[in-house]
Amino acid sequence: MNIANFSKDISDIIFLLLIAGIPCYGVFRKVPVFDSFVEGAKEGFPLVIRILPFLVGMIVAIGMLRASGAIEALGYVFSGLMSMLGVPQEMLPLAIARPFSGSASNAILVDMIHTYGADSLYAKMGATIMGSTETTFYVIAVYFGAIGIKKTRYAVPAGLIADIAGLLAAVWICRWLFA
Amino acid sequence: MLNIVWISLIIVSVVFGIINGRIHEVVMAITDSSRLAFDVALSMAGMMTLWLGIMKIAEDAGLVDLITRLLQPLLRRLFPDVPKDHPAMGAMALNIAANMLGLVNAATPFGIKAMEELNKLNPFAGTATNAMCMFLAINTSSVQLVPASAIAFLSAAGAKSPTDIVFSTFLATSCSTIVAIVAVFMLQRRHKYKNEILSEHC
Repeated sequence: MNIANFSKDISDIIFLLLIAGIPCYGVFRKVPVFDSFVEGAKEGFPLVIRILPFLVGMIVAIGMLRASGAIEALGYVFSGLMSMLGVPQEMLPLAIARPFSGSASNAILVDMIHTYGADSLYAKMGATIMGSTETTFYVIAVYFGAIGIKKTRYAVPAGLIADIAGLLAAVWICRWLFA
Repeated sequence: MLNIVWISLIIVSVVFGIINGRIHEVVMAITDSSRLAFDVALSMAGMMTLWLGIMKIAEDAGLVDLITRLLQPLLRRLFPDVPKDHPAMGAMALNIAANMLGLVNAATPFGIKAMEELNKLNPFAGTATNAMCMFLAINTSSVQLVPASAIAFLSAAGAKSPTDIVFSTFLATSCSTIVAIVAVFMLQRRHKYKNEILSEHC
């Protein structure tokens, strides 16, 4: 528990160090810090407005997918292939939901931790998968949406390859470290 | 591609909603999600504004240049099309650093800023460049040193040593980053930028 707090503390310390440290360094380098801050910050809200249509489009489509029960069905379709690659059945819902939805995969992970126990191999495996994969479709929609990219070329396959690599690496490494 | 992904998601949802008898849930999800999307944007707005302000200070103080120079040997090889001193390099360096430290809130504004800078180098507006695809792949596979939220979930459930996953996550993300970089270099060779542009514009 203490080590967990320690790691949380480290994140907090890094966060504070940046928020407080960067302006302090700015003063040291004779930058008019508040003027600079405001000038940069001005870009924030217009950026969010530009992303909003992409967020609504993606999040609604993904919300529909979750509600329809298709994620479970997709897991069933892929279960043969996944077990061939050594991915336990128990990881399938997480693996399928992850590229689409951060909140869904968070919920699945919390559920897994409670079902299998916080010290179980599956809990650690799931937690590692969360770190080693990303909500790829969401990231692509937001990043490319912000700059109006319509032809994404090979970005989607590249992102999904990275996710699959992260999933398999997490499963194999956890088997090796924790089993 | 996003057009196909989007319409596929909708069609699959409707078909499975009917098969599973969950039409009402799907309809509810539509209204709930559009609201959720707005909430996400709104909660993002404050953090986005804050970090872009902090980043501007870092830029004016020469800190971004410093980080960029440190990561230069790596960045130059990954992004050969981006000039050495271009601001895109600085924003990408900050995004990668924020991702490694698990600062999700900071990583997104830096990442979007990096994309905007990369877009200034884009000769064909609306089409992703090789550098953009590489940056995106590195972003989605990012090496992680502090998987803060996963540790929090484990320790909340009373795990004995929730930080076990720091090492496994570091190893797994290192593998996935290497695979992502190799994959992008291979895909780049198959998708020649100029050929694709010409074939679509002729």
